[in-house]
Amino acid sequence: MYDFALQRPQSLNEAIEALSAEGAEVLAGGQTLIPTLKNRLASPDVLVSIGGISELQGVSETDGTVSIKAGTTHGVVAATVESYPALASLAGNIGDPAVRNRGTIGGSLANNDPSACYPAAALASNASITTNKRTISASDFFMGLFETSLDEGELITQVDFPVPDAANYQKFDQPASRFALVGVFVAKYGNDVRVAVTGASEDGVFRWSEAESALASNFSSSAIDGLEVDSEGMIEDIHGSKSYRANLVKVMTKRAVAAC
Amino acid sequence: MATVTMTVNGKSVSGEVEGRTLLSDFVRNNLNLTGTHIGCDTSQCGACVVHVNGKAVKSCTMFALEAEGSSVTTIEGMANPDGSLGTVQQAFQDNHGLQCGFCTPGMVMSAAALLEENPNPTETEIREYLEGNICRCTGYHNIVKSIQAAAAAA
Repeated sequence: MYDFALQRPQSLNEAIEALSAEGAEVLAGGQTLIPTLKNRLASPDVLVSIGGISELQGVSETDGTVSIKAGTTHGVVAATVESYPALASLAGNIGDPAVRNRGTIGGSLANNDPSACYPAAALASNASITTNKRTISASDFFMGLFETSLDEGELITQVDFPVPDAANYQKFDQPASRFALVGVFVAKYGNDVRVAVTGASEDGVFRWSEAESALASNFSSSAIDGLEVDSEGMIEDIHGSKSYRANLVKVMTKRAVAAC
Repeated sequence: MATVTMTVNGKSVSGEVEGRTLLSDFVRNNLNLTGTHIGCDTSQCGACVVHVNGKAVKSCTMFALEAEGSSVTTIEGMANPDGSLGTVQQAFQDNHGLQCGFCTPGMVMSAAALLEENPNPTETEIREYLEGNICRCTGYHNIVKSIQAAAAAA
């Protein structure tokens, strides 16, 4: 690791101030960032740890919305969210227990790893991502591989998930990394169905619009039978080819609908 | 360099660390608590698991300064006050829950965290909880048996 200064502000305002410095970056749970630093793939001058800020911790559930502060760990989401079981279950299957005790929802969304779980939940739920500057719809947030619409120095503070009528997340584990080889999150709001896919595309999380249309008129796994996913643009690595991933998208979508 | 202060195994400790000093390096190098093992250093293997404020974490994937003011328990804190083995440790010895022993500190710390959350876990729950702890010797069977025995003994 290259050396850096680590700061631990105790309030959101102090954190925003610290992040305005040249070369400053956010340290949330660190479960991706610290391995990245070890590989010398990042070289911040200053890391601003937000782990000590109580304003960024906690879950509240009111009027069909689950609100999660950005610094809340996956473990806490898994253990406390009651009104959105698919979201709690997703959080409870990220990484392993020790990783879930450190990794945070804000860190996961800001990193936008193409195989991370949370982006699928946020996109399928059209969650509202609030920062110190504004509120961004999940539909406008994810901009491709590790890219988001966050500006320099902008910090996620809270994520609001509208609770769907039915939802399920199906994750095909990559067993070594425990990221999703392919993960599909299906959420149904009245007649509106959203299908978000992670782990599959080189552009990161995306909505499978053909499946959404088919499911809007017939919400059953058989509605997916006649559809095919184009393997163009899918991720290809030693764990799976483009066509393998394309097929998995269909298989996992069917499983998710069946489990709703 | 900065000064970090925390409670480790019930004692208040402090030391001079860099921003990049990992908690695992702090407990091993500054405190000479070398029971916490560094296996992979990539947050995969779990040999470095310690408890921070009661939660199992991979100490190779947390900075020492992030533990400022926290209560940390390492494998050295798992023995009884008289120095005899704690319940989980004793269960590992009784059930031959280790071969080379390298992963054992992390296994014991994860097991203790599991039993704190879930005092009577099923075999499936034990195996799921150990997803982040890798053992290359035992095939996990005796580790699972050890944790079942520790649950029964508690």
